[in-house]
Amino acid sequence: MSEAQEFKYIGQRTIRPDGFDKVTGRATYGADLTLPGMIWGKTLRSPHAHAKILSIDTSKAEAHPDVMSVATFKDFVSLQSESVAGTEDAAGVLDVARNCLADDKVLYHGHAIAAIAARTESAAKDALALIDVKYELLPAVMDVEDAMKEDSSVLHDDMFTAGYDEKPSKASNIATRVEMKMGDVEAGFAEADVIVEREFRTPTAHQGYIEPHACTVTYDENGQSMVWCCTQGHFDVRTLTAKVLGMELGKLKVIASEIGGGFGGKTVIYQEPVALVLSKKSGRPVKMVMDRDEVFIATGPTSAAKLKAKVGVKKDGTITAMQGWMAYEAGAFKGSPMVPGVMTMFTPYDCPNVLVEGFDVVVNKSKVAAYRAPGAPQAEYAAEMVVNELAELLGMDPIDLRLKNAAKEGTQTIYGPKLKRVGLVECLEAAKNSPHYLSPLPEGQGRGLASGFWFNIGGQSSVSVNMNPDGTGTIVEGSPDIGGSRASMQMMAAEVLQIEPKNLKPIIADTENLPYSQGTGGSRTTFATGMAVIEASEKVVAQVKERAAAVWNVTAEQVEYADGVARNTAGEDSMTLAEVCKNAEKTGGQISGNANINARGAGPSFAVHICDVAVDKETGKVDVTRYTAIQDAGKAIHPGYVEGQLQGGAVQGIGWALNEEYVFNADGVMENPGFLDYRIPLASDLPMIETITVEVPNAFHPYGVRGVGETGIIPPLGAVGYAVGNAIDRKVEELPCSPPRVLALIQNG
Amino acid sequence: MVSVVYEAPDSIEGAISLLANADIPAKILAGGTDLIIQTNGSADESRLFVDVKRIDGMLDARLSADGLDLGPSMSCAEFTARDDIRKVFPGLVEAAYLIGSTQVQGRASLGGNLCNSSPAADTVPALVVNGAQCVIAGPGGERTVAAEEFMTGVGRNCMEKGELLKIIHLPTPAAKTSDAYLRFIPRTEMDIAVAGAGVSVTLDDDGTCTAARVAIGAVAPTVLLVSAAADALIGTKLDDDALQAAAAAASAASSPITDRRGTAEYRRQIVGVLVKRAARIAATRAKGN
Repeated sequence: MSEAQEFKYIGQRTIRPDGFDKVTGRATYGADLTLPGMIWGKTLRSPHAHAKILSIDTSKAEAHPDVMSVATFKDFVSLQSESVAGTEDAAGVLDVARNCLADDKVLYHGHAIAAIAARTESAAKDALALIDVKYELLPAVMDVEDAMKEDSSVLHDDMFTAGYDEKPSKASNIATRVEMKMGDVEAGFAEADVIVEREFRTPTAHQGYIEPHACTVTYDENGQSMVWCCTQGHFDVRTLTAKVLGMELGKLKVIASEIGGGFGGKTVIYQEPVALVLSKKSGRPVKMVMDRDEVFIATGPTSAAKLKAKVGVKKDGTITAMQGWMAYEAGAFKGSPMVPGVMTMFTPYDCPNVLVEGFDVVVNKSKVAAYRAPGAPQAEYAAEMVVNELAELLGMDPIDLRLKNAAKEGTQTIYGPKLKRVGLVECLEAAKNSPHYLSPLPEGQGRGLASGFWFNIGGQSSVSVNMNPDGTGTIVEGSPDIGGSRASMQMMAAEVLQIEPKNLKPIIADTENLPYSQGTGGSRTTFATGMAVIEASEKVVAQVKERAAAVWNVTAEQVEYADGVARNTAGEDSMTLAEVCKNAEKTGGQISGNANINARGAGPSFAVHICDVAVDKETGKVDVTRYTAIQDAGKAIHPGYVEGQLQGGAVQGIGWALNEEYVFNADGVMENPGFLDYRIPLASDLPMIETITVEVPNAFHPYGVRGVGETGIIPPLGAVGYAVGNAIDRKVEELPCSPPRVLALIQNG
Repeated sequence: MVSVVYEAPDSIEGAISLLANADIPAKILAGGTDLIIQTNGSADESRLFVDVKRIDGMLDARLSADGLDLGPSMSCAEFTARDDIRKVFPGLVEAAYLIGSTQVQGRASLGGNLCNSSPAADTVPALVVNGAQCVIAGPGGERTVAAEEFMTGVGRNCMEKGELLKIIHLPTPAAKTSDAYLRFIPRTEMDIAVAGAGVSVTLDDDGTCTAARVAIGAVAPTVLLVSAAADALIGTKLDDDALQAAAAAASAASSPITDRRGTAEYRRQIVGVLVKRAARIAATRAKGN
């Protein structure tokens, strides 16, 4: 699609179908399912950041009268044999399993070691103290510098750095080295008139979803096992859980509950296979709900990172070379989002000479999980800070410098393809003309600006649109709704069927009601699942035409469908959709359409954010005084929820830039595992985030949609960081800009 | 899990008897906003909760020519809604308004804040600078302790087994006297003080400070009354030099720790900044009185 389209429902601000249940407290979340005979599971967690497990004695706990079962890694029976090792897939499953329950080592403070199911939650908690674990302590490796040293304590003695031509002879904490390049950076820097190179650091930050991980499960030896949990992807929970337990997919049903936030962090499994083991051994349904401190110490977070960015520019503002280096903490097991960091770092710029090197490094922290545009905020922060500094050195407006070098249709990316039509230039122009940018900066404040790029993905979505005999319908989809996507599905189906959105009920079906659907992530749902909804709805329309044609004794091609009414172009007849549905039993049975697709052509979304801050020079406290988020949505299906995504991403990024960070003591124990001392922004901390939605349609989606969920978290790190530096006349090279750090910068330069 | 025995006596005597004769750890329950959280994480097998809110006077605040007689368990929400008290002790009311959230303020109380004896308790510096006297009832009768003497360490205070806080008395301030309390947190609300400072000043007709009290919080094991900081203000017109001297005295008197809420060095610095700023606010208010 390329031309502007006229829409009847797309672009309206309808009331979300899940809203009423949520605000009235009726919605059922991960912890809300209770089954007859259900018992409670609780997890014993490591007090140490790094230690060998010498022994685990569960006998006293098993003897406790209220305890019904105990689980340890040994209960993952199918993983115990030698034959599972060797393949890449098996190694991945082993890492997942060893994160669910430690094998021979604990690798972070909070690492699960054993779990107990008991008649009550408090009995399960109390019985944890009866498990006797003997440890041999090892040095805690808490950052990439330490981890990358030659003589560092090694977390995995079978891990050898991948990415070199020859396999290294010595085990290392560096899991992978990646290099991507194009052109000749040395020649590029030689052409430059001004070069800036700086080093940056970002902290360990958590997704901060409000709902703790929770599940209720039943193991059934006859193939009726069930997991109810809060997740962004229940089909993926099924896949991973089945692999850890050696089950067939068809014998495990996973139901996605309502979800209280995920942001990428609910795309992995923690408790589900453990709860199934406890259920299998006890013969009872088992519920496991994490406490808040468990969520902080043992789930999420995203990678702390150390980065370098070097950019060369000619006097006229032409960027001639861009070079990056990054080391990302993966946590206890390999798999940080370093690769997307490498790929996204300089993508907002059309520069022929680029070189980026990245390292995936294990440390004694909880294994990182995806977090909204995983890997991009850290890398693009480093790039955007340096670009801003260059603009200042050249005396150029930072938007003009970006416009001169902006990525656009045809720009070669470092990771392979050339960009299709994208909206960065349009976002930059919207930023330049925004009320915020046109307003002078208040005296004493600082302003920062940054752009952001995220790929977005497509992937597999399965949808069925089932019509009822009264003309209402159900949209059966497999993408858990973490951001209002049910409203968008409703609107897209309504647009095709030309009936009021409220007549279509979107539901998230379980893994037995639909073919596989990829999880909600990568900003894919409105794009990919939306495409499937459109295709399935079009099939409904086709059937409606056929049924009407049969009644009128004409061909389907002779039937027109518009405004929810089928019309006979060869006569005077017409039938509403409801009439066709009511008549369906007489014309061949009920009407439904389905689409199981693997969507390609996800359109990248670019963003530009502008941030003003006031800094209290005596305390170092930063107040964001004005903030504007501008982003390309392709086509905003529901403008309100698009704005919500822009604002939510901005707020999470601002929190990351200002106050959020894990605080560890010298032994690697996390000291702030709660919302009191892990400081996400409060509503009262921030001004209303102003938004501007840019619409440069994505040609690969029928309505032009680009995913919008993730890009918004990328620019805040650079926008806030640069604004703070601008306010205090210092270079901000380390986040977060917490008051002590800012005060030290002011006082020490 | 701790099993709790709950009692709600309707007299001071009844409460004293329960507390004095308890054979399990006994805790006084006011709003419970600290106690319930602490009990959940406690190693005690069982605890006695003596709910004092049914005792006459515990939830009342009476302002008279003598000053304020405050029932220790009165909720912060009720306390901060009292415009008559705000007129006399604006800094104390502001301090109470900083505790927790709106919901927590419906339960939390000034007496509870004092008896919990956290060095970061927001209302305690404000009580101290207003010369609050704590009337403690016990098996041996009543005794009175100055607010600055009440806390003895982190989470510890002067109350003995069997005793409870009966009333907090604040004398009527002298003419042209007012107070202010400021705390520093990295956000805007819902947090615990990284440092706090209460200041009360009395001015004469030409604006010279004739009396002052300065108390600081979250920078030592207890809330500290810093007479050196007050001395730096007395006899001055609260000019920048005097304020700076008071700030320096407060920083010097502090002995903060480094923890997840801030470094020792940072706390030492900003407690001085808070003293300076609170003194300015108190002085502006005093001029208006």
